[in-house]
Amino acid sequence: MTAQQWRVTVERATCIGSGVCVGTAATHFTIVEERSQPNAELIDPDDAVLDAAESCPMEAILVRAAQTGEVLAPEP
Amino acid sequence: MSVDSEVRNYPFGIPVRLEIDPLLTTLRREEPLARVRMPYGGEGWLVTRYEDVRFVLADPRFSRAATVGREDMPRMMAAPGRPNTLLSMDAPHHTRLRKLVAKAFTSRRVEQLRPRAQRIVDDCLDELEKLGAPADLVANLAMPLPVTIICEMLGVPPSDQHRFRDFSDAAVSTTAYTVEEVAAARVGLETYLAEVVAERRADPTGGADDLLGALVAARDNDDRLTEAELVQLGITLLIAGHETTASQISNFTYTLLTMPGQWELLRDNPDLVPGAVEELLRFVQLGSGGAAFGRVATEDLELCGVTVRAGETVFVNTQSANRDESIFDTAGELDLARGHNPHIAFGHGVHHCLGAQLARVELQVALASMLRRFPKLTLAVPVEEVPFKTGLLVRGPRSLPVSW
Repeated sequence: MTAQQWRVTVERATCIGSGVCVGTAATHFTIVEERSQPNAELIDPDDAVLDAAESCPMEAILVRAAQTGEVLAPEP
Repeated sequence: MSVDSEVRNYPFGIPVRLEIDPLLTTLRREEPLARVRMPYGGEGWLVTRYEDVRFVLADPRFSRAATVGREDMPRMMAAPGRPNTLLSMDAPHHTRLRKLVAKAFTSRRVEQLRPRAQRIVDDCLDELEKLGAPADLVANLAMPLPVTIICEMLGVPPSDQHRFRDFSDAAVSTTAYTVEEVAAARVGLETYLAEVVAERRADPTGGADDLLGALVAARDNDDRLTEAELVQLGITLLIAGHETTASQISNFTYTLLTMPGQWELLRDNPDLVPGAVEELLRFVQLGSGGAAFGRVATEDLELCGVTVRAGETVFVNTQSANRDESIFDTAGELDLARGHNPHIAFGHGVHHCLGAQLARVELQVALASMLRRFPKLTLAVPVEEVPFKTGLLVRGPRSLPVSW
C-alpha cells in the first residue's frame, strides 16, 4: 500500500522562529528570515513532522493528509 | 584562528549585578570561536555571534546527551550532567518527553491562564500595599506569582513550596553551594517529587487535568516515560517554572527603576509593555555565565571557519548573541519601543524554553500591573545596596526594597 502524501504548512504570522521544528525534523524545516518554513509542502509520511507540529509552542505547523485534508497534527 | 588567540578561563569573571562582560563584544568582533577553559572538565569552544549561536542550538549534530555522567566533559557546574532531564536529552528521547508536556505550555493554553495570573498579581499588590512601603518586591510579587502558577499547573499545593524552594538555589548553583550541598538538594527534590507522585497514584482522581496527573497516567497507562524521567521532569518544571521568571520580574523592575526615564516611559505608554518585555528579555543578563550548557559535536564540523572535532564541547553565549550589532540596531542600548527584535533569550532549537510563552504572560501581567498600581515606584535603598545573588546560574536581586 502506498501511503498517502502529507501537506505541511507553517503559519508565518504565528511562527516565532523558536527553531523547535528545525531541531526536531531537520530535513523538513528551515528558518528563513527568522521564521520557519517547510522545505517541501508535499511530503511522504514522516513521524518527525508530526512531532514537530506537536512540539511547536505556537501551534503554527499544520500537517494534513494531502488528499482528504484531514488534520494529522497538532492534536486539538 | 588568529595568532593572538589564547585559552581564556570561562566565565571571564564574577558577574557584577546585571552588567555584561565587555570582552564578549571583542570576541564577537575578533574571535567568534574562542577557546575557553571551563571551571570543570577542561577546555571547550565559546560561540558569541547571533547566527553562530542559533546554528549550534538548532543543529542536531550537537548533543546534550553526550555530556551526561561524563566527568571529563567541560562544564560550569561541579557535578557532571544528570541523566533523564529534558535538557540532557537529544531527539528522539527528548521529543518523546517534551511532547508529553508541550501542549500545556502552548501560547493558546497559557493565554487562558492570563486572568489567573492577573488575580495572583492583584492579590500580591494588595498585600504589598497593606504592608506599606518600603516592602520587598521579591518576596511579595516576583516569587509568589511564578511559584503559584507552576504549582497550580503541575497540581501540587502551593503550601508545599518550601519543599522545593529550599533546594532551588542549590539546584542552580555554580559556586554558591558545595558539591555535597548540591547533591543533598537533588536528593531532597527527588524525595519530594517521588512523594507527590505516590500520592497521586494512591488517589488518581485528585487533579486528573493537571500536568502531574497527565504524566502519571502517561507513565502508568501508556508507559511513555520511565519513573526516573517522571521524577526529573517534575523537578525541571518546578524549578525552571519559577527560578528564572522570579529573577526576571525583579531584574526587569530593577532595570526600569535604575535606568533614567525608563519606568516613566513605560508608565506613560502602557501599550509598549509587550514589546518592552521582549526588549528586556533581550537586554537583561539573566544567566550568570551565559553559557552554562555545553553541546558536544557528534562529528567533525566547520564552525566560524574552524574545524570542531567530534567529541569537543561548544558553549553558546545567548546574551552575547542578543547584543550582536549585526542583528540589532543600537544593540547595547535598552530601547523599550524597539521594533525588530528576534532575540534568543529563550534559546533556540529543540531546547527552546518550554515555558517561554508562560514567562511572557507572567512578565507582562506583573509589569503592567505594577506600572498601573504604583506609578511612582522607586527603589527604597541606594542602588548599590540592592543585594544580588551570587554563585548561581541565574542572576537577580535577593531582595528588592521598593517604595511608592
